[in-house]
Amino acid sequence: MTVNLIGRDIISIPELSREEILAVLENARSLKQTPQPKLLENHVMGSCFYEPSTRTRLSFETAMQRLGGKVVGFADPAVTSTKKGETLYDSTRIIGQYVDVIAMRHPLEGSARRASEATDKPILNGGDGANQHPTQTLLDLFTIDECQKKLENLDIALVGDLKYGRTTHSLAQALTHFNAHLYFVAPNSLQMPNYICEELKAKNIIFSFHEKIEDIIDKVDILYMTRIQGERFADQIEYQKIKNIFVLTAKMLENVRPNLSVLHPLPRVGEITTDVDATKHAYYFEQAENGLYVRQALLAMVLGKLNK
Amino acid sequence: MQEPKQLLVSAIKNGTVIDHIQAGMATKLLQVLNLGMHKKIVTLGLNLPSKDMGSKDLIKIEDKELTEQEANKIAIFSPLASINIINNYEVIKKFNVTLLETVQSLIVCPNPKCITNNENMDSDFKVHHQNNQIKLQCKYCEKIFLQSDINDYRA
Repeated sequence: MTVNLIGRDIISIPELSREEILAVLENARSLKQTPQPKLLENHVMGSCFYEPSTRTRLSFETAMQRLGGKVVGFADPAVTSTKKGETLYDSTRIIGQYVDVIAMRHPLEGSARRASEATDKPILNGGDGANQHPTQTLLDLFTIDECQKKLENLDIALVGDLKYGRTTHSLAQALTHFNAHLYFVAPNSLQMPNYICEELKAKNIIFSFHEKIEDIIDKVDILYMTRIQGERFADQIEYQKIKNIFVLTAKMLENVRPNLSVLHPLPRVGEITTDVDATKHAYYFEQAENGLYVRQALLAMVLGKLNK
Repeated sequence: MQEPKQLLVSAIKNGTVIDHIQAGMATKLLQVLNLGMHKKIVTLGLNLPSKDMGSKDLIKIEDKELTEQEANKIAIFSPLASINIINNYEVIKKFNVTLLETVQSLIVCPNPKCITNNENMDSDFKVHHQNNQIKLQCKYCEKIFLQSDINDYRA
């Protein structure tokens, strides 16, 4: 089956079919093996970052440049007309007249969808508040496939702030295509929201809730760590108690499956100690690198230069 | 001529009776239909006895014929509501409200970080009706709300 993403906005993971996801991953794999430095020559990407970002912005911008395209944009809305009160709709409509594709991040939820209504040029959502971050999910899937040599029927633990973490929500939704067995490891107050659990049930995905990494660490192929943010807790004493429970150390990896890979969307603060970096299980730096190839694949596909 | 029945809410000569409103929902409907601005008589019955529903609410609006489009706005709050158009004390038209798949420009998204609450734009919700429960999903922030989570409307 041919997948055609020409002109498509990439805003939300549930809008991508299994075939479309697999086509993006296949193109990313091919670009990782065989760089195509002229593929997007004469194309310009607008890089519109209304809130701070390191990895997402830099990997979008390098992805475009490594395919021969050019980048214009901003990393701080204070230098744009937003500061004068211009709406996102107006800004996007105008930027869309200058560029061929827009990669954006914005603090408000639904901003990428709104931007897509202002322009015919494809919008690639690099994060809209706590809502979606689809390119992160695609690079997560690419990385899982790369380190496990498959995507189907894996045992995957998601650890940390599962209530507010958009990354884990989108990843859980995407994994429904691949029959994953999911383990949710989080403090009770930060467990996976009901609406996601209902979606998983409707798709017959098996999942369970846990309060300690040790309870599941020897049962999984992927340990996907995320950060627990102190500001989510009204009671800071409670936070101090909890934060040390969700720290992964090298010692904890002694009896795990040999193929276990540890992933993290980064930045990490203290939840993976640095002694884990030297183990064969650490795969989070490769994961961050893969963002480059997945974003290259998406840019080339929405601009009609790669299809599968 | 038939003997007039004893009515708990007095009859109207011309206008619309919204009947079989889920008990507790009538005040929301006043807001949604912007009936606070209606210059003619509006009478309201709350928690009236009902054979089918146990108890129900009812609204009578003098000198206003509710359109189907307006009536369908009611459906997300009370999908069983029925509309009676009255002319000279007689029901001349009767229809049920229809639950539409999407609702535009009616609901204020309860998520303060939703773009719809920060730019001058319409809201847009997808309506899911499962197991007698109505859930509303914002097209923009993608959050899913129960009808009871919705506190504000754009009349």
